[in-house]
Amino acid sequence: MTPAIDIQQLGKRYGALAALDHIDLVIQPGEFFALLGPNGAGKTTLISILAGLTRPTHGSAKVMGYDVLSEYRAARKRLGVVPQELVYDPFFTVREMLVIQSGYFGIQGNDAWIDEILYRLDLADKAHTNLRALSGGMKRRVLIAQALVHKPPVIILDEPTAGVDVDLRQSLWQFIQHLNQEGHTVVLTTHYLEEAEALCNRVAMLKQGRIVALDSMRNLVRSIQDYTLELRLSTDALPAALTAWPVHHDGNLYSFKIKDYAEIESVLSILRTSGIRILEMQLLQPDLEDVFVNIMESVPAGAS
Amino acid sequence: MTGFYTLLYKELMRFWKVSFQTILAPVLSSLLYLLIFSHVLESRVEVYEGVAYTVFLIPGLVMMAVLQNAFANSSSSLIQSKITGNLVFILLAPLSYLEIFLAYVGASMLRGLAVGLGVYGVAAWFYGPPPHVSLWAILFALLGSALLGVIGLIAGIVSDKFDQLAAFQNFLILPLTFLSGVFYSVHSLPPVWQFLSHLNPFFYLIDGFRYGFFGVSDISPYISLIVMAASLAAISGWALWLLKSGYKLRH
Repeated sequence: MTPAIDIQQLGKRYGALAALDHIDLVIQPGEFFALLGPNGAGKTTLISILAGLTRPTHGSAKVMGYDVLSEYRAARKRLGVVPQELVYDPFFTVREMLVIQSGYFGIQGNDAWIDEILYRLDLADKAHTNLRALSGGMKRRVLIAQALVHKPPVIILDEPTAGVDVDLRQSLWQFIQHLNQEGHTVVLTTHYLEEAEALCNRVAMLKQGRIVALDSMRNLVRSIQDYTLELRLSTDALPAALTAWPVHHDGNLYSFKIKDYAEIESVLSILRTSGIRILEMQLLQPDLEDVFVNIMESVPAGAS
Repeated sequence: MTGFYTLLYKELMRFWKVSFQTILAPVLSSLLYLLIFSHVLESRVEVYEGVAYTVFLIPGLVMMAVLQNAFANSSSSLIQSKITGNLVFILLAPLSYLEIFLAYVGASMLRGLAVGLGVYGVAAWFYGPPPHVSLWAILFALLGSALLGVIGLIAGIVSDKFDQLAAFQNFLILPLTFLSGVFYSVHSLPPVWQFLSHLNPFFYLIDGFRYGFFGVSDISPYISLIVMAASLAAISGWALWLLKSGYKLRH
């Protein structure tokens, strides 16, 4: 099967700075893929190269088997990109803009599909409103609509929910999930890790232009063994037997690092024998954020 | 070709939606030049024998309007799209560099010619239509609008900020059009200035265009045609190369 995105030894240098450094990445059709990393890790550079906005210094990138440089027309027809910046053309209404965008992709008479995306993105009543007059959230939805006019099999969203309120975020994710279920390959970047964890099935983490983790969401989250046992105790002094335990506390709220469930029992029994009462108890599962912090801290700068 | 037509349409709508500012305003300012200069100079200057100064001036003003507005269209469209960031919609699309070039230049030509026609129409209404208009006039109007559309495209690509584009306009386009013989015949100048005028590409456009009205010109219209066709070819080659290489547009 032709990969949706096929990146080989891709690199981009700006003078001495390597924005991307020998990236290899294959994304299969139908995946819901997250590209994570701190600001400046190279996520947007990677997306820009796929979109043809930036030229790579070395290596190759293909969309649905078409090289983004030598076969740029075929590659761009198969790719829908939602840019991070909230850009718009102040001369046109929402509908005019979507008709124009269809034309750029060689499509005429796209009205039925335009109506459908307007409806699905809840923009139907704004169809004849000038883009200048729309709120930020509305402009974001128009950007998504623009990326979809040519029904691209691969959709890339660069921080689609940055600065978007909770309601809209929910409905955007539902919409994007729906697109994925219909067979579109979805690649996104986001700083909301809990959203990435809930939606995506595979993750690449970037740091300083390199991929430092690439795995399924499940494997990544499982890679962290530590649970956190959070206890609010009747005292703010721990018994001597527990002082050696990896623990973090804030007043009488203690967070114990636990490697497996059996350890919970030992903590509880020490507390019981010391006559300390437990006021509140919570067991925290590791999440993507823990993995992210762990990986970003453990990989030294510039390591290969 | 749908991509090209759509971009051309978008570029036309861009100025048409603000036609008060992009077409009527320049027609009015040309008309002001005409009123003032004809009032001051009509009875004192005769450039070509038997041709009144106002009649001599009209083709020059028409051509100046064509040139300045063709330049303004592509350059301001590009710089606005670059600065607001919406150029990304064109860059993400499967448009070839040739389609982008033709659409921007085509829209510039149409804006330049629309303003030129407006100036011509108003002048003809005030001062009566010129005795005859030959194909030469149309040919030079097309060449001039194309040339300035391409120069505007290059200026829009190269400039990063509005003030850089304004410098381009104020220190290059404006002096070259004013000193190209719009208001006078270069034969009336001292030899040094005559020589310098011949280095100004816009001189050939005005001179050839005027030949289309009076059958008289400072130099042969064939020479002007060759010089302009060669300039257009060279500058188009440069613009196409900039677009193809993605200079300042694709990093």
